[in-house]
Amino acid sequence: MSKMATFKNGLITNNPVFVQVLGMCPALATTTNSTNALGMGLASTSVLIMSNLMISLIKNLVPTKIRIPVYIVVIASFVTMIDLLMHGFTYELWKTLGLFIPLIVVNCMIMGRAEAFASKNTPFDSIIDALGTGLGFTGALVLLGSVRELFGNGSIFGFEIWGEALNMHAFILPPGAFITLGLLLAMFNYIGIRKEKKAKEGAKK
Amino acid sequence: MRLLLIFLSATLVNNFILSRFLGICPFLGVSKKLDSATGMSLAVIFVMTMAGIISWILNIALVALGIEFLRIIVFILVIASLVQFVEFFVKKTSPALYESLGIYLPLITTNCAVFGVALINIQTNYNIIETIVNSFASALGFGLAMILFASIREKIELSDVPAPFKGTALALITAGLLSMAFMGFSGMVTI
Repeated sequence: MSKMATFKNGLITNNPVFVQVLGMCPALATTTNSTNALGMGLASTSVLIMSNLMISLIKNLVPTKIRIPVYIVVIASFVTMIDLLMHGFTYELWKTLGLFIPLIVVNCMIMGRAEAFASKNTPFDSIIDALGTGLGFTGALVLLGSVRELFGNGSIFGFEIWGEALNMHAFILPPGAFITLGLLLAMFNYIGIRKEKKAKEGAKK
Repeated sequence: MRLLLIFLSATLVNNFILSRFLGICPFLGVSKKLDSATGMSLAVIFVMTMAGIISWILNIALVALGIEFLRIIVFILVIASLVQFVEFFVKKTSPALYESLGIYLPLITTNCAVFGVALINIQTNYNIIETIVNSFASALGFGLAMILFASIREKIELSDVPAPFKGTALALITAGLLSMAFMGFSGMVTI
């Protein structure tokens, strides 16, 4: 696969949230507004880039049988680093994301990429794959967070769009997370189905 | 009294799945059939209670040695080995139970509810008894949501839904409605 295709595969074709439905816990919990969503997305992306790089570097040294525990330790070390860095430099964000920073360890997206991609490919390709998947994850989170913030609070990234005129507080509460993500998924499914139909009609002609 | 409050708060008010968003992966993944949902819930109840207790004890050692920053690595290793251990133990003592839980046991390692409960116990400064109650009650809440959701989902499978909503999309919306129902408990208990 070419570099561009690897990148696009993680970003769009196999988007971790909307297509593979991985990493749901942070996607639902930290998207009460766009800023938190962006913070969570970037934190996960940086862990993913570093763990993918590390795992593809050590892939030949690790016996196959114990690879999963080794990957977990590698991921956990990078998560600890991010946790400490965020505590030091972005304290406010660290406080709002709270529990979900340590929980990056059990994000199945990161383990999934380590197992499915980094353990078989060169370090450079693994970084590209991590960038694509990570940015796909960040994009999905920011989209979800923006929709929730827009309808729940009338703003995006804290900038007022229509103020308090249309506030539906439910979007910021837990049920709003499930329902918004459900509707977004349905929308992407709809686009997918229409594309397929068009492709079929095109083939007939 | 305080223990009862912790229990109610963890099972109903701050339900792990529906209001804290922990353990969504198995919630969406293993809830297509009621049988497997029940099996998963039982396995999780056991592992979560054990993980809560063991990580609480280990945390004392970490604090004594002044290496709390290693908490994430230590806890995840504890959970992974605990799951392995439970798998061996159940296999030896009760093959029938192992048969029914079999596939769901290894999946628990990546269940963020288990890791989450260990961290919550530490962060809220629970003592050992409160830790046991909170871990067990959280796991029970997880099981409750899981079984409710699986029963609803079995019904949905039979109904005719618009194509774009098939599968995960409708499951998420159903979960949203269930979560809305659980919101009715909010404010009932405050610790």
